[in-house]
Amino acid sequence: MTEKNSIVAEQFVDAAQQNEATALGLWTFIATEILFFGGLFLAYAIYRHFYYHEFDLASRRTDLFFGTLNSVILLTSSLTMVLAVQAAKRDQAKMVVRFLSLTIFLGASFLVVKAFEYHKDIADQLVPGEKFNAALPPAAQLFFWLYWAMTGLHAIHILIGMGLLSVMFFLTRRGRISAPHFAPLELTGLYWHFVDIVWLFLYPLLYLVNRHA
Amino acid sequence: MNFPIFPAAASTTAVATDRLYFFLLAFSACIIALIFVPLIFFLFKYRRGKVTSRDEPHLPTMKIEIAWTVIPVFLVTGMFAWAAEIFFEEEVPPANALEINVVGKQWMWKLQHSEGNREINELHVPVNRAVKLTLASEDVIHSFFIPAFRIKQDVVPGRFTTEWFQPTRLGVYRFYCSEYCGADHSKMAGNVFVLSPPAYAAWLAHDSPHETLARAGENLFRELGCSGCHVGSAAIHAPSLSGLYGKLVPLSDGTFVRADDKYLRDSILQPAAQIVAGYQPLMPTYTGHISEEELLHLIAYIKSIGQDATAQNP
Amino acid sequence: MNDNRQNYLSAGDTVGSWLLTNDHKRIGILFLCAILFFFVIAAVAAALMRLELLTPQGDLVLSETYNKLFTMHGVLMVWFFLIPSIPNVLGNFLVPLMIGARDLAFPRLNLLSWYLFMIGGFFAIHAIAIGGVDTGWTFYTPYSTAYSNTHVIEMALGIFIAGFGSILTGLNFIITIQKMRAPGLTWFRLPLFIWSIYATSIILVLATPVLAITLALMILERVWGLGIFDPKIGGDPILFQHLFWFYSHPAVYIMILPGLGVISEIIPCFARKKIFGYKFIAFSSVSIALIGFLVWGHHMFVSSQSLYAGMVFSFLSFLVAIPSAIKVFNWTMTLYRGSISLEAPMLYALGFIGLFVVGGLTGLFLASLAVDVHVHGTYFVVAHFHYIMVGGMVTAFMGGLHFWWPKITGRKYPEKLAQLAAIILFIGFNLTFFPQFVLGYLGMPRRVHDYAPEFQIYNVLSTAGASILAIAYLLPLIYLAWSIRHGKIAGPNPWRATGLEWQTASPPPTENFPATPVVVADAYEYPPLDDHGEPT
Repeated sequence: MTEKNSIVAEQFVDAAQQNEATALGLWTFIATEILFFGGLFLAYAIYRHFYYHEFDLASRRTDLFFGTLNSVILLTSSLTMVLAVQAAKRDQAKMVVRFLSLTIFLGASFLVVKAFEYHKDIADQLVPGEKFNAALPPAAQLFFWLYWAMTGLHAIHILIGMGLLSVMFFLTRRGRISAPHFAPLELTGLYWHFVDIVWLFLYPLLYLVNRHA
Repeated sequence: MNFPIFPAAASTTAVATDRLYFFLLAFSACIIALIFVPLIFFLFKYRRGKVTSRDEPHLPTMKIEIAWTVIPVFLVTGMFAWAAEIFFEEEVPPANALEINVVGKQWMWKLQHSEGNREINELHVPVNRAVKLTLASEDVIHSFFIPAFRIKQDVVPGRFTTEWFQPTRLGVYRFYCSEYCGADHSKMAGNVFVLSPPAYAAWLAHDSPHETLARAGENLFRELGCSGCHVGSAAIHAPSLSGLYGKLVPLSDGTFVRADDKYLRDSILQPAAQIVAGYQPLMPTYTGHISEEELLHLIAYIKSIGQDATAQNP
Repeated sequence: MNDNRQNYLSAGDTVGSWLLTNDHKRIGILFLCAILFFFVIAAVAAALMRLELLTPQGDLVLSETYNKLFTMHGVLMVWFFLIPSIPNVLGNFLVPLMIGARDLAFPRLNLLSWYLFMIGGFFAIHAIAIGGVDTGWTFYTPYSTAYSNTHVIEMALGIFIAGFGSILTGLNFIITIQKMRAPGLTWFRLPLFIWSIYATSIILVLATPVLAITLALMILERVWGLGIFDPKIGGDPILFQHLFWFYSHPAVYIMILPGLGVISEIIPCFARKKIFGYKFIAFSSVSIALIGFLVWGHHMFVSSQSLYAGMVFSFLSFLVAIPSAIKVFNWTMTLYRGSISLEAPMLYALGFIGLFVVGGLTGLFLASLAVDVHVHGTYFVVAHFHYIMVGGMVTAFMGGLHFWWPKITGRKYPEKLAQLAAIILFIGFNLTFFPQFVLGYLGMPRRVHDYAPEFQIYNVLSTAGASILAIAYLLPLIYLAWSIRHGKIAGPNPWRATGLEWQTASPPPTENFPATPVVVADAYEYPPLDDHGEPT
C-alpha cells in the first residue's frame, strides 16, 4: 500500500488513521454537495413534470455546441487530474506540475467557453424577466431560471476547484507533494471529479433532452 | 372576569374534532400518570441513604423493550386512523354545498356569494347547510381559519384552494388569517354570521339587486374576447365550453383531465400547459390581465353554461 | 487553577491564543460565549413580545416592529443558539474526551466552523441593527421574495454562512467518532451522548445543505425579481415550503437529540446505576435521525398539499414519537433500585423529562390530521415547540452545563442556588407555556400582537411566567460566572461518574490524556449498591 501521507497531524495516532479520516471526510463533504445540488435537481424534475411542453420548447434553445464542447473539456480535465495524481504516486513532481497546469488551463477554458455561451444566451433573450424571448411561453422562464442557477452554481464550484488546484500547484512546486505525501492532491482530485460528475448530470438535462425531432 | 376555556363547537367537523381532542387529552393524562407516578415513586423509594433493597434487578429487558415499542405503535396507528378519517371527510366537500368565493389580500377578506352579494371581512351563511369556500389570494399566502368550526385552509397565490363546513348552531363566530402575511396580519379577521334559512334568504335579498357571479362572468367572457374563439362558428379554433364543467377532457398527449376549477384556471392563465386533443396551442395567456375575482366570475359562468346539455362523458 | 500542571485554560492567555486556537476545548468555550450573546438578544426580543401581549391591543410597539421581533427571536434562537448549543459547546468539549482522543479529526476545520458561525452571526445582527427582517424565521414565499421590504437577503446570507459552519461541525464529529475511538472502545461501549452526537451529525451533514440551497434560491429570486417560487411564471410557492421543511424538520432533531444524549449521561450518574436498555436508547437516536427526514409535510397539512401526502406524513410523524418515548421509559426504569441524589444536574434532567413528555404528547395532537387542521398556525404549536425546545433542549443544556462545569472550569458551582434555579425554571416554564395550549385551541393565531379580548387572561399568565423564567436563566448566568474564580476547586471526578472524560484532570490538559486510554468496560459500569445506596 502506498504510504501517501507521511506527515501525521498530532491529533491522529498514525498515518493510517489520518488517511482514513481525511478520505472519509472528503466523501462526507461530497455527500453534502450532492444534497446541495439536489435541491436544484428536484426543482428541475418537478417543473419538467408539470410544464413538459414549455420545458420541451425551452430545452431546444440551449446551445448544443457550447455545451458539448464544455463536456469534452471537463472530461479531459478529469483525465489530466488523474494523470497528475498518478505522477505524484510515481514521485514525478515535474509531471505533476504539468498535469496540474493542464487541468487548471482546461478549467479556465471551460469558464471562457461558458462566458461566450452566456453572452449568446443573453443575446437570444433567454434571461427570465421582462426581456424574455416572446416566442417562448411564460413557463419556459422556469427552465431558464434553473439553467442560469444550476450552471452558475456549477461554475462557482469550478472556480473553487481551480483555486484548490492552484494551491496544489504551489505545494508541488515547493516539494510538499511527493510519493510519500500526496493525499491532499488525491483529495483535490476527488473534488474535481465530483464537479465533473455534476456537469455530466447537468449536460443531458439542459442540453440533450428533447433535442430529437 | 369571564374567560372561555374552550371554543364553541358550531359545525359538524367541530364536534368530530373535539371528540378526538378529548380522547387525546385523556390518553395524554394516562401516559403522564404512567411515567410520572413510577418516576416520583422511585425518587422517594430509592433516594440515596434510604434503606431499601437495591439488588441488581434481573428484568427481561428485551421483552420489556419490545412491549413498550410495539404497543405504542398500535396505539398511534389507531389515533392516526381516527384523525385521518375525520380529515378526509373535512377536506372533501359534499356535492351540493352552497358555494362562496373568498379572495384574500393584504390585509382583508373579500367574499362573494353566487347570487352576487359581496362582503368584506364578514360571512353570512345559513345553518345546517354545507358551505364550500373557494379561496384565492391576490398576493401572498394567507389562511382562512374559523376556530368555532375547527377548520382552516391556506390561501395560496397561483391556485384555488377549498374548504367546507356545515354550521350547526346559530351565532356569530370569529375568523382569522392564520398564516403570517405582513404588517397587518393581526387585523386580518372578521365574523361569520350563522343565520336561520329565512334570515339568510332575507339577508341575501336585502341589498339592491346584484349581478350574479355567472352574469358577471358572462360579461367578462365577451369583454375579454373569449367568445371570439369559443362560441359559435369560430369553435373550429377552440373547444366549446358548453357543458364542459366536470367532464373528462382528452388532451393532446393522450391523457385525460377532469374539467374542474383548477383546470379552468390553468387553461386561462397557462393555456400552453395542457392542449385539448385535436386543437392547436393558439390560446393567448391571460396572466397579468385578469384578477382573482374576475377568474372566479369567469369560472362561475363556465360552470353555468350548458348545464342542461345531455351528458356524453361521465 | 487547581494544581500546578498546565491545563487547557492556562496554556496561553493572549487573545491570539484563544482566537487562533485549534484546541477543541477552547473552541467549545468560544462557542459558549458566542451563543450566550445571541441568546440574550433573542431573549430580549421575547421579553418585548410578551410585554406587548399583556394587552389585546397592539399598543406597545408598531405592527411592523412586532413582526420584526418575532422574526429576530426565531432566527437567532434556532440558528444562532439552539442548533449550535449542545453540539458546538458540549459536543466540541466532550467528544474527544469521551472517546479518548487528543482532539477532533480536523481541529482547524473546527475553528473555521466558529469563524463561519461568527461571520454569519455578524450578518444577522447587522441586518437586525439596520432595520430588521419581518418574514418570520420560516421565510415563506412569496412574502419573503416579493413583498417584504426588509433586509431579507442579508439575514438569509448570515444563516447561509453559519450553516456551512454547522455542516463542517457535523462532518468533524462523524469522522472523529468513526475513526478516532480509543483502543477497546467499540460502538456499543460508547457513552450515549456520543451516539446522540453521531445521529445529530448525520442530520447536520445531510439536511443543512438543503437549507443552504433553499436560502440561495430565495435570495436569488428576491434579487432577480422573479423565480421558481413565483406563480406569475408558473412557479410554486409551496415548493419553497417543501424544501424549507425538508431541512427544518430534521433541524428540530438536530436541536433535541444532543439534549436527549445529555440526559442519558446524567441519569445513570445520579442514580448510580447502569442505564436501562442501552442498545435501545442508542438505536432510538439513529431511528429519530432517519425517520425525522420523512415527516416534513406535517408542517404543511393545510398548505394545499395532497391529502394522501398528508396521510403518509401524519402516520410517519406518529411513528417518530415512539423512539423518544422509548428513551423516557428507559430513563425511568434506570431509577429502579438505583441510588438517587438530587443535585442540580439531576433536577434539570428530571425537569426535562417532565417537560419533554408534555411536549412530546402534544406532538401527537399535531400529528393528528384533524386536530392539526384546527391548531396549525395557532399558539398550540408555539406551546408545543417551546415545551420541546426550551423545556427540553435548553433545560438539558443547563443540566449538561452544570454536570460538566467542574470538568470544563475545574470549579464547582454553588449547589443550593443551582437547585433553586432548576426548580424556578420548571415552575416559570409551565406558567409561561401551558396557557398557550389553551390559547391555541381557543383559536388565537400565532404571530399576532393584536388579539381578541377573551384571550387576554392566558396571555397575562404567560407573561407572568416569562418573568419567572427569566430569573431562572439569570441566576445561573450570575453564579456560573462567579464560580469561575470563586467556586470550590473540583477534582477530576466530583460526581464519581463513569466515562473517560472523568479519568483526566479538571480542567483537562491541552492534550486531554497523558497517555491514550484503553477501554475494557462497557459504559455506565457502576458498582453494585448496598441497601443504603452506596457502592458495596
